[in-house]
Amino acid sequence: MTRWTPDPTFYPSPSDAAGAPAEKLAYVAAFDRAAEKPDAIAVIDTDPASAEYGRVVGWTDLPHTGDELHHFGWNACSSALCPTAPHPHVERRYLIVPGLRSSRIYVLDTRDDPRSPQLVKEISAAELAAKADYSRPHTVHCGPDGIYVSALGAGRGDDGPGGIAILDHQTFDVRGAWEADRGDQYLAYDFWWHLTQDVLVTSEWGTPGMIEDGIVPELLLGRRYGHRIHFWDLAKRSLVQTVDLGDQYQMALELRPAHEPTASHGFLGVVISVVDLSASIWVWHRSGGGFEVRKIIDIPAEPADPALLPPALQPFGAVPPLVTDIDLSVDDKYLYVSCWGTGELRRYDVSDPFHPVLKDSVHLGGIVRRTPHPAFPDEPLAGGPQMIEVSRDGERVYVTNSLYGSWDDQFYPDGVGAWLAKADVTAGAFTLDQRFFPHGDEFRGRRVHQTRLQGGDASSDSYCFPS
Amino acid sequence: MTWGSYAALIALGAFHGLNPAMGWLFAVARGMQERSRAVLLRSLPPIAAGHLASVAIVAAVISATRSVLAADVTGIAGGVLLVGFGLWRLLSERHFRWAGMRLSPAQLAGWSFLMSSAHGAGLMLLPVLATTPVPVTHPGHALSGSPAGALTGLAAAGVHTVAMVTVMAGCALLVYEFLGVRILRRAWFNVDRLWAGVLVAAGALTIALTA
Repeated sequence: MTRWTPDPTFYPSPSDAAGAPAEKLAYVAAFDRAAEKPDAIAVIDTDPASAEYGRVVGWTDLPHTGDELHHFGWNACSSALCPTAPHPHVERRYLIVPGLRSSRIYVLDTRDDPRSPQLVKEISAAELAAKADYSRPHTVHCGPDGIYVSALGAGRGDDGPGGIAILDHQTFDVRGAWEADRGDQYLAYDFWWHLTQDVLVTSEWGTPGMIEDGIVPELLLGRRYGHRIHFWDLAKRSLVQTVDLGDQYQMALELRPAHEPTASHGFLGVVISVVDLSASIWVWHRSGGGFEVRKIIDIPAEPADPALLPPALQPFGAVPPLVTDIDLSVDDKYLYVSCWGTGELRRYDVSDPFHPVLKDSVHLGGIVRRTPHPAFPDEPLAGGPQMIEVSRDGERVYVTNSLYGSWDDQFYPDGVGAWLAKADVTAGAFTLDQRFFPHGDEFRGRRVHQTRLQGGDASSDSYCFPS
Repeated sequence: MTWGSYAALIALGAFHGLNPAMGWLFAVARGMQERSRAVLLRSLPPIAAGHLASVAIVAAVISATRSVLAADVTGIAGGVLLVGFGLWRLLSERHFRWAGMRLSPAQLAGWSFLMSSAHGAGLMLLPVLATTPVPVTHPGHALSGSPAGALTGLAAAGVHTVAMVTVMAGCALLVYEFLGVRILRRAWFNVDRLWAGVLVAAGALTIALTA
C-alpha cells in the first residue's frame, strides 16, 4: 500500500486542506439496536451532479451482531506528512471501525470499490484486552506513528480505567496501551492533540457499567460522570495536568482543538449541568506553563409541558439541550454545536475563541419540537442533530440523529428513527439541503451514528505545518 | 580513495539531503512553527551530526573489516554485533516513542541518527567503500591496516555528510522562503522505493567491479 507520490488527500496545512475538492461519498455507521441484524457501513452519494445524490448507494454488512458501531476513522491522514515520522506514501484507504458494545474492531478497505468497503481484518475483544488491556473502543485518530483508539473500559469487566490503545498502521495489530503514566486519570472518552506542541488532550464520559444500560439518574445527580479534561505529554505519554470543570458539569465529551498548528486552544462540549440542565461549551488555552479552561457558551434548558416529556425528564418540566457533539471547521472559524435534546444545530463564529458569536441555527427533531425536515414537512422527526461532520472546505455540514442505543431509548422512548441531513453553509446563510435527506427505511432498520467523508473531513485530519 | 569515489560519496550525500524524511522537513516545520528562520538554521547541525554518526559507524566498520579481513576478525565481528544489537534495540519499536516535535538539539541529533540508521543510510556507502583500494602501510602485515582503514571510512562519511547538509540546507531554505510546503504534495516521490532499486543496482555494480 505504498505510493510513488503522497496520497492526494493529504495536505500539509489546514489552509491547503480547505481547498480540497468536495467529497463524492460519505460513510455512515449504522447499527441495529436489537442486535438481531448485523451493523453496517452505509455509503451515501454526496455528489450533487449525480442522479443518486442523497441516496444510500452502498451497504457493507459486518459479520457479527451486537457491535453497536459508533465512531470510526481513517487508517492514515494528513498527519502522515508530519516530519517526526513521515509516511506520505501510505494510503487513506482503510476505515477503522470499532464496535462500542462488542469491543471488536473492524478494518474495511475502501479502495477497490469505494461504494462497497470490504472487510479485511477483525480484531477481537480478547486481542484488544490481552494486548492493551482495554475494551469498548471509541474514538479513532490517525497519528503520524500509528492509529490511536480511545477505549472506555479496562480489558476485563465493566469498569475503568479507560485509555488509548495503539494499532500498527500497516498491519493493524494492537501494539499496546499508549499511556506510560496515567496518574489518576480513570474515565475516558474523546481525545485529540496539538501535534506540533507534543500535547494530547483527553475527556471523560463514564465506565461501561455507567453507560451501557442507559444514563443512571443516581450517578448523574450524584455527579459521578466525567467532568475533567486531561493534558498529556504526547512524546513522553504521561499525564501532565488535569483540569476539573466542577462536578455540576456532567459528561465532558467532545474535544476539538484548533486545526492551525501554531494555535494552542480548543473547544470542549459538556452535555449537561445538574444544576439547571443547561449545556455548555468551554475553551482551553495556554496560560503560563500549563492550560486553563474557561466556559464560553451556556445553552439553557427550555421549559416544556411534562406530558410531552419522557419519564426521565418529567420531574424537571424542561428539555435539556444535551450538547452531544461539536465540530470545528478546518479554518477554525465556525464551531457547530448539536443540541440533541432540543433539536437544534447551531453555528458559532469562534474567530475570537473567547467571545463566540451565535450566527444562526436550524431545527430538526427534538424531544418536544419534533421539527420535520423541509423536504418532508409532514413527517415529525425523532432524535435531533447529533454527530456533526463538516467538509474540508467548510461549505457542507452533515448530521445524523442517534446518540447511543440505550440513551436513545430513554430520551426518545417512542423510537429515534434514522436520518442524515445536510446543511449548506455560506458566510451569511445556513440552510438545510432539500435534496439531501436519506432517512427511514433507506437505513434498513438501523440507527445512524457517525459520518466520515471520503478523502477526509474536519474531524479526521491533523496538520503539522502552519497555514 | 579515487576522485570517482569522492564523486560517488558526494552524489549519495546529495541524494540523502534531498530526502525530506532525512531531516530538512523537520527543520522547516520547526522554523514555521516558531516563525523563525533562525530556528530552522539551528536545527540543521544536530540533524547533520546524527546522520554523520550513523553513516560513520557503518563506514568505519566496512573499511576496517576490509583492511583486517584476515586478522582480528573476532574483535571486529564483536563490534559489528554490538552496533547491530544496539540499533535493533533502538529501532525495534519502528517508531521512536519519544520523538515529538519539540526536541532538544541532542534529541534531534538522536532522531536523525535513528532515521538515518533505519533507512540504511550508511549501507549506501558500501559499494563505494567496497571498491576503494585498501590503504596498506606495511605490505604483508594486514593488522596494521586497521586504523587507516577506519579513517578512510570516517573521511568518506565526512565528505558524504558535508554534501548532505549542503543540499539539505538548500532544500530547507528554498521551501521555507519561497516554495512553501504545498510542494510536498507533488514533489515528495517515494525515496524508499527508489532506494531499494538503487541498492540493487549498486550491489550489482559492486560485484561487477570487484569480480
